[in-house]
Amino acid sequence: MIAVIDYGAGNLRSVANAIARLGYQPRITSAARDLLKAQAIILPGVGAAGNTMENLRNLGLVDLLKKLIADNRPFFGVCIGLQVLFTGTEEGGWHNCLGIIPGRVKKLPDGLKVPHMGWNQVRQRVSHPLFEGIPDGADFYFVHSYYGEPEDNSLVVGETDYGITMGSVIARDNLVATQFHPEKSGEHGLKMYDNFIRRALATRTP
Amino acid sequence: MLTKRIIPCLDVKDGRVVKGTSFVQLRDAGDPVALASFYYQQGADELVFLDISATPEGRDTLVEAVERISEQVFMPLTVGGGLRTTADMRRLLKAGADKVSINTAAVLTPELIQEGAEKFGSQCIVVAIDAKRLDTSPEPKWEVYIHSGQQPTGIDALLWARQAVQKGAGEILLTSIDADGHRAGYDIELTRAVSEAVTVPVIASGGAGELEDLYQALVTGKADAVLAASIFHYGTYSIPETKAYLAKKGLPVRIDR
Repeated sequence: MIAVIDYGAGNLRSVANAIARLGYQPRITSAARDLLKAQAIILPGVGAAGNTMENLRNLGLVDLLKKLIADNRPFFGVCIGLQVLFTGTEEGGWHNCLGIIPGRVKKLPDGLKVPHMGWNQVRQRVSHPLFEGIPDGADFYFVHSYYGEPEDNSLVVGETDYGITMGSVIARDNLVATQFHPEKSGEHGLKMYDNFIRRALATRTP
Repeated sequence: MLTKRIIPCLDVKDGRVVKGTSFVQLRDAGDPVALASFYYQQGADELVFLDISATPEGRDTLVEAVERISEQVFMPLTVGGGLRTTADMRRLLKAGADKVSINTAAVLTPELIQEGAEKFGSQCIVVAIDAKRLDTSPEPKWEVYIHSGQQPTGIDALLWARQAVQKGAGEILLTSIDADGHRAGYDIELTRAVSEAVTVPVIASGGAGELEDLYQALVTGKADAVLAASIFHYGTYSIPETKAYLAKKGLPVRIDR
């Protein structure tokens, strides 16, 4: 079962539709028992990281997510789902986040239109299973005003330029996260979810 | 580099696309789901649906259409027309829309922008502005119109654009009433003035006739995206043709799908 975490916000339906389109059965859920037995977990998101953290706390999911990721459960964070993995965010004053990836979430630099909204290229810094069948420099759909900057730059497997160069794909073991929205990024986006899920199902039996 | 977005706009009434389309490829040119899929296949960067239904029943059918579209089309969807409350917004976002566009309601109750931004995030809230050039003014000025461009408000378009962003709009969809429907080019001066006045992306709308019009809106008008209806719907230009033209002139556009 592929769990799509429902924390009361975010574009759950689009993510679930993308997973269903690929022939898998997504379960939109916030129940611990579902997450515990999920073969892969997707944390989607729009809005602000601070609110998302608050929602995750209210649902009692913070410690569970930390544990599941520490145990190497396949996990995909999307947009705000990437940002909450960091130590904390500067959005709306400092808010502590999950602290799974050491580093901070910072505001995009002044001088460019914010939000960074639209299709932009992802440069593949390393060969990663997530990129299988996706050309280097392919466009993905972004919409965000903040970006995550990991202390360990080697976690950045894909990067994107918008005034600065930012990590747009982050990976560590079975944890991956994208600042863009694969579910809104056409066939390349669907391919990326498929790469993630196929790998997850291969590493874990139901 | 962030690419310039090419956005077809579909007018929907009672769940059907109106303002006739002439796609030979489609069996039912009025089906919003078929049209959305067509534009997705063509490589459009985003779609805007404008609901012109007059009845609540008509709007319900749009919500159903958005649900079906988001099952098949994996690109950003903006839906607008007749939204009055954050409950209206929630219904469409839940159905699968990524952004909602508000126009008249935003002018009449500007708090709606703020409420929407707080509830769903600024990136969801598009403020659509219909602007008409003031002939009487010595320097270029534009007035905001509401109720589908029928009613003047006395509000300056640049001022309103800035206020809308201050209240939380994540994007401005800017239509020139003077240029709309004439296929003689966008109002470049208006587009540039608004684009320079705000920090969020601006979509230029109204007046596309030639591909050069789109280029001018993006370059001279400094728009981040261009919206067009008839040139795409009547097949005057296809999306790939449009992008090839802009790419050849040196603009960053998304060519692969």
